[in-house]
Amino acid sequence: MTAVAVEPSVEQAAAPRHKARVRWQRAVSPIAILVLWEAAARGGLISADKLPAPSTVLRTGWRLAADGTLGAHLLDSLTRAAVGLLIGGTLALVLGAAAGLLRLGDDAIDPPVQMARMLPHLALVPLLIIWVGIGESMKITLVALGAFFPLYFNTYAGIRDIDERLVEAARTCGLGQWARIRHVILPGALPSLFLGLRLAIGAAWLSLVVGEQTNTQNGIGFLMMEAREFSQTDIVVLGLFVYAGLGLLSDLLLRAVERRALAWRRGLKAS
Amino acid sequence: MTAVVRATGVRRSFGAARVLDGVDLSIAPGEVVALLGGSGSGKSTLLRILAGLDPDATGSISVPREHAVVFQEHRLLPWKRVLDNVRLGVPGPPTRAEDALAEVGLADRARAWPAELSGGQAQRVAFARALAREPRVLLLDEPFGALDALTRLKMQELFGRLRGRHGFAALLVTHDVEEALLLADRALVLADGRIVADLDVPLEHPRAPDDAGFGPLRRRLLDLLGVPLAKR
Repeated sequence: MTAVAVEPSVEQAAAPRHKARVRWQRAVSPIAILVLWEAAARGGLISADKLPAPSTVLRTGWRLAADGTLGAHLLDSLTRAAVGLLIGGTLALVLGAAAGLLRLGDDAIDPPVQMARMLPHLALVPLLIIWVGIGESMKITLVALGAFFPLYFNTYAGIRDIDERLVEAARTCGLGQWARIRHVILPGALPSLFLGLRLAIGAAWLSLVVGEQTNTQNGIGFLMMEAREFSQTDIVVLGLFVYAGLGLLSDLLLRAVERRALAWRRGLKAS
Repeated sequence: MTAVVRATGVRRSFGAARVLDGVDLSIAPGEVVALLGGSGSGKSTLLRILAGLDPDATGSISVPREHAVVFQEHRLLPWKRVLDNVRLGVPGPPTRAEDALAEVGLADRARAWPAELSGGQAQRVAFARALAREPRVLLLDEPFGALDALTRLKMQELFGRLRGRHGFAALLVTHDVEEALLLADRALVLADGRIVADLDVPLEHPRAPDDAGFGPLRRRLLDLLGVPLAKR
């Protein structure tokens, strides 16, 4: 018993140092690539038309940010992503929970969703254009579709994978249906929900990139398509940077939330 | 005195296999009854039926609402701290849960996560969770079965103390004859889907395996359980 009591504190002391070292090491190669890229561009090895130097891209970014262009387009893209994610995510949670919790829901909802999963949703663009037009609703639908599937499957699996013995124990403690969902099923499915949300956000960005390349008047994708027509490679690369940054940032944010919400798992790892 | 737990004609089949075939059982208030039986004899099935966890059983069963179950595994919710696990389903302020936790000697672990506890500690929390409900009947499904020998002895001693203080009735499912004789007032043997023996254990508390009268009862029970060693 004493060994168990001592162990976590030892782990806590050792973990941060170890983590700091790993983080520092992992920053080396990306920085090296950037430096090489910069050097190759300045030395004339890569022509500026094909791939401008990172410093040029950053300067362009600064210029566009300063005159407000970048901010405006970024806001448009973010709005699309957020609305699409909200619609697709809500649908996924509701349908996933219904299929995971109720036998009737499972029979009614899961088979069609499993069938639809086989369609690559990005290939639906032509059909979506016919259905909802080429406007904003097409982009939002595409994002919602991309976000729906990963979150649906992880919601479903998260609920199904809950240890039946824990549900039983909660029943013997006198917990009714709703209390069991609140105290056992929801927290038990939460790790899966977070995983699903992370995948959903990734799929949402991907859908956004594809969606914004078709007849758009604003957004980061529009910025890139317009720049391509004028051969402004620096803006095209900047757009790529922004997309990558958005993906990275959303993942970091979600991870931070996850660490807080799933604090009990740290105890699990320590023992 | 009227029985606090009463079951008559309990039957349960799994497919073609009839596990329980007309079990009758009653437990008086404050009485601790051990339920013994070989592996697969249906003793856990019977306890689950009494706990209301098996809707497919038939027969008449009367168990008070104020009952609590302790399983072989602690079954604590890993995402709730120890105190919140004990409080689960207990309305009102946490004082009852805190008292129960103190009674099993874990008041200082109230803020810990279940994963940070040892096996014995977690099982003590499971007992506290049962106690916090102030049960008239405890249903115990091999509650000490997964513990190491030393911890098991300590837990059995703890159970004896808690029982003396709270006076709950209990059904203790176990395969350990010694444990049954240490803790129970009466021992039942389940075989072929029925209660085949009902043995009083008229020993003074606290008991020890080297007490006079312990040996013969032990041999008798082993005999009833069909252990050839006892037939010498």
